[in-house]
Amino acid sequence: MDIAGITGNIATVGYGLAAIGPGIGVGIVAGKTVEAMARQPELAGRLQTTMFLGIAFAELLGFIGVATFFIFQ
Amino acid sequence: MPRSQERALHADTVTLAAGEGGEFHAPGIGEFLGLPELFFAGTPFAIDRIVMVRIIAIALMLLLFWLGLRRARRVPGRGQSIAELALDFVNVQIADQVLGEKHGKRFLPLLAAIFFGVFAMNITGIIPGANIAGTALIGMPLLLGLVAYVVFIYAGIKEHGAGGFFRGQLFPSGVPWPIYIILTPVEFINIFIVRPLSLALRLLLNMMVGHLLLVLCFSATHFFLFSADGFFKLFSIGTLAGGFIFTLFEMLVAVLQAYIFTLLTAVYIQQSVSHEH
Repeated sequence: MDIAGITGNIATVGYGLAAIGPGIGVGIVAGKTVEAMARQPELAGRLQTTMFLGIAFAELLGFIGVATFFIFQ
Repeated sequence: MPRSQERALHADTVTLAAGEGGEFHAPGIGEFLGLPELFFAGTPFAIDRIVMVRIIAIALMLLLFWLGLRRARRVPGRGQSIAELALDFVNVQIADQVLGEKHGKRFLPLLAAIFFGVFAMNITGIIPGANIAGTALIGMPLLLGLVAYVVFIYAGIKEHGAGGFFRGQLFPSGVPWPIYIILTPVEFINIFIVRPLSLALRLLLNMMVGHLLLVLCFSATHFFLFSADGFFKLFSIGTLAGGFIFTLFEMLVAVLQAYIFTLLTAVYIQQSVSHEH
């Protein structure tokens, strides 16, 4: 790969792009959970479970981004 | 072999070794695939380093539980209370909270087995001497994903009967019928293909990426300290500190991934047995 004199693997740029979405997603999930816990501290345990579920789904996209480098190598 | 040829070969190996020491090689997929086979080499049951780590991790986990719970008393001793604390976490945080009282009790042994099995194989990633997670190759996560797959289908069929289960999952009630043309294929792909695969891939890639990060940090430290010259040697302090921080981070990830895997298995079982669907 050679764009404007930069050499290297385009997969690196691809992963950088793929990490944006899950990053925003995980941030929103965690931030909203903190908001909800501040409003209702007695529900903290159940909110945390739901938060980890949401994070697991959003984070999977980031990991698929990692995997594509190995798949299409 | 003639002596000159032998010498040429020897010279080649030396330059190769020097090249490996002098330049920086980023870690890749070779960390996991094509490892030397230690026992039963050449047979389908060949055991390489990762498989050996898996066997040892599971054996140790079983041994610890046996030691803790072999003489279970009403007033628990030290070992028993630690084992009970760990089992109680799965019982309260996962089984009861997601599945409820009745189903939680039924599926607790399976969920506990998945949680502690995954945890034992994850934590080897940061134990010195093992240094690789047993779940960092696709085989083990795929098997665990398959177990979850079979169990949530079994639970659904047992609860609603085969027809009721598939109708409930593929044709959710409360939508006008033309929607099924779009909804049913999407639900089918989501439930019967994406669910087990995403379980397996999430665990595999978390552990794989964690290992690669650790290798990257420590091999960069080695490179900066021994091969780089002058001022660049100072970078080794930063990369070494990074390695330690990522080791702590991996400890968190090992627990978290075991928790998430078990939690998602419980959620899938819950969605199979619930009445709304």
